[in-house]
Amino acid sequence: MADEWKPKILAIICNWCSYAGADLAGGARIQYPPTVRAIRVMCTGRVDMLFILKAFVEGADGVLVSGCHFGDCHYLEGNFKAAKRMFMIKSLLRNIGLDDRRFRMTFVSASEGAKWGTVMEDVTNTVKELGPSPIKEFKK
Amino acid sequence: MAENTEPRIGVFLCHCGTNIAGSLSIEDVVEYAKTLPYVTIADQYQYMCSTPGQKKIDDAINEHNLTGVVVAACSPRLHEPTFRTATKEGGLNPFRFEMANIREQNSWVHMHGMWEEATEKAKDQVRMAVAKAARLEDLIPKSVPVERAAMVVGAGVGGMQAALDLASAGIKTYLIEATPTIGGRMSQLDKTFPTLDCSQCILTPKMVDVGRHPNIEMMTYTEVEKVEGYIGNFDITLRKKARGVLTPDEATAKGIVGGGCNGCGDCSEVCPVIKPNPFEMGMAPRKAIYIYHAQVMPLIYTVDFDSCVKCNLCVDVCGDKKAIDLEMQDEFITVKVGTAILATGFDLISIEEKREWGYKQFDNVISSLEFERLICASGPTGGHLIRPSDGKTPMAVGYVLCAGSRDNTGGVAKPYCSRFCCMYSLKHAHQIYEKIPGCKVYLFYMDIRSFGKMYEEFYYRIQNEGAKFIRGRVANVLEDPETKNLHIYSEDTLLGRPVDVEVDMLVLAAAIQPKEGANVLRKKFGVSASQDGWMLEAHPKLNPCGTTTAGVFLAGVCQGPKDIPDTVAQAEGAASAASIPIHMGEVELEPYFAMCIEDLCAGCGMCINLCPYAALDLTEKNGRTVMVVTEAKCKGCGTCGGFCPGGAIKMQHFTSPQIAAQIDAFFAGGEQ
Repeated sequence: MADEWKPKILAIICNWCSYAGADLAGGARIQYPPTVRAIRVMCTGRVDMLFILKAFVEGADGVLVSGCHFGDCHYLEGNFKAAKRMFMIKSLLRNIGLDDRRFRMTFVSASEGAKWGTVMEDVTNTVKELGPSPIKEFKK
Repeated sequence: MAENTEPRIGVFLCHCGTNIAGSLSIEDVVEYAKTLPYVTIADQYQYMCSTPGQKKIDDAINEHNLTGVVVAACSPRLHEPTFRTATKEGGLNPFRFEMANIREQNSWVHMHGMWEEATEKAKDQVRMAVAKAARLEDLIPKSVPVERAAMVVGAGVGGMQAALDLASAGIKTYLIEATPTIGGRMSQLDKTFPTLDCSQCILTPKMVDVGRHPNIEMMTYTEVEKVEGYIGNFDITLRKKARGVLTPDEATAKGIVGGGCNGCGDCSEVCPVIKPNPFEMGMAPRKAIYIYHAQVMPLIYTVDFDSCVKCNLCVDVCGDKKAIDLEMQDEFITVKVGTAILATGFDLISIEEKREWGYKQFDNVISSLEFERLICASGPTGGHLIRPSDGKTPMAVGYVLCAGSRDNTGGVAKPYCSRFCCMYSLKHAHQIYEKIPGCKVYLFYMDIRSFGKMYEEFYYRIQNEGAKFIRGRVANVLEDPETKNLHIYSEDTLLGRPVDVEVDMLVLAAAIQPKEGANVLRKKFGVSASQDGWMLEAHPKLNPCGTTTAGVFLAGVCQGPKDIPDTVAQAEGAASAASIPIHMGEVELEPYFAMCIEDLCAGCGMCINLCPYAALDLTEKNGRTVMVVTEAKCKGCGTCGGFCPGGAIKMQHFTSPQIAAQIDAFFAGGEQ
């Protein structure tokens, strides 16, 4: 049933800011939808564009990459370099006919537990609005 | 262990009491884990981090000849080191451990009526962790030697204490201070609460100790320009700002025998330029060649090149000492240190932006730091408390406590408690009674937070001395244009009626904020900020001095508001923490280095420019150009590995096959 469909969303998040922010959300018992599964990397700079494309090919309804705010990167500028790539991902998704709102990069610091909760809500709502990924239809 | 054997993974679920077990079905997840590929054993325990919990890992590794361990429990940021040690004790390489975060990122965020969903999520998390664990490899941490020197940035009471502790432990310590003298905020204070010690009297001996200590290299009028390197081996470039004056040592180095500044002050006498002295909060003059106050350390004059007119009168009067060089330029020096402590302190907020209290609109509204200077015997009035408009002795003084603290109205206001304003306001009341018998003191407060040792007793004492405490926020302050007296409008919330109190002078106990420039500095050291802007400690309870950058520590108010005893205590803690790697002589770095897979590397060199640490180079190998990593420089961010078009860079512990397996494992769970 359509309203029981739960989106599958993958998050690739950096150890120093967003993962810590997500931990803080946990500590503060901020409740958010259980739609997202996270993979921890040391820096969003590590995120190969192929990881994101792979996730979509495997059936992700949405993908989130989240790192430190600009200027706050633990590795100086990894998040800048990641962000540049993420623009490419967005344009690529548009070109293959996938709504680029299914992919998002956010910046959540280690002290922004509440913001992590908001991001989770927001990403989930956006993906829910868009419905299941059309790629899954091809795979059937 | 043979590399080509099938992975054998042990999965251990932690109940964490009811923290996890209260929100999802441990039993279901354990049973599910048993069905996953490579999983040889799945078990559970009340508290995996306890000794029996860790022993389960140890035993299972030996009994089942495991190649990898997964613990599904709290955050790896909390207990990864614990379980790595347990894995190691079982005889496996500690990096063959992976954690599934089913507490902070599951049971605690999906608590009510989410039992099924949380259990499903935990299954996914365990499946993804197992997929990674099956592909983990042995890694050997790299040991690097630690430079036997430390740096302390900021020479207030916290920075000085940290430097003294480090230096006394036999460590060469660079104490960096941006202003021309050490001493910091504490040297601006008249008395300290609740003992009423003279602030300068207890501080100056420490300043002298710092100046004399053979292991401390005091560098005033100096700022941190650039930070490179990592724990044990920081290369820190300092900007030694042009002071315009040579110390005796510098003069000797230049061949001026017996020359250099001896602090006589003749130069300042003749200088024709008059500027406000920031040390006196602008209430006393200084010349363009100046010292802040009589007890400065080092006693060396400084030229303010922004206001110097280069008339050369000072140079002439200095004569043979040849201490003054009006053509001096900033110098850059690089020092190598093993660890660093940041102790940058605070500023008052721009309280004039809270228009309702009239600061900078009305002459007789002053800030608490201005009051400290006005009541101080070494201050601009010689300790005679007078009001700015007419120099008369005030006979009624008002206080606005929480002036910008505990205030959610935005702008310059801060939501946090600045922690020491209650206590210094009580102290001020006492000082007024001491100096001006018969003067009335009105304190407008929200709560009096007298939380420290002997603080509450001090509060009672001030009550008994006659201070009037009015519980209510000050809504508005207006000036009587004739008398320049001030009317304070507030509500007495205990009596439930509006009040209008006329005073001669009003003091604002202004909120504090991080020191100007602290934000830039912390980024140079890779230190994060808390939501309120103060520097972020590694853990608020268990690592309050550490930061997320290994080898960088925090002391004092830069980490959050605190009074002098707390600042000194944290400084001693930070000094102790910063001395450990230095005394150990070497530290282990996490082996998350990039590695070049030479067969795949096309030598395009795109990675070279991506590396923020210049850790990558191209080299010739077997007739081909390939990339080579300098491991000591690599910090393991993976920015190169994320971009390499040929997939030729292997980011250890975060390899592409490992991450790809995690992605596969997520979607292998099928539709929910």
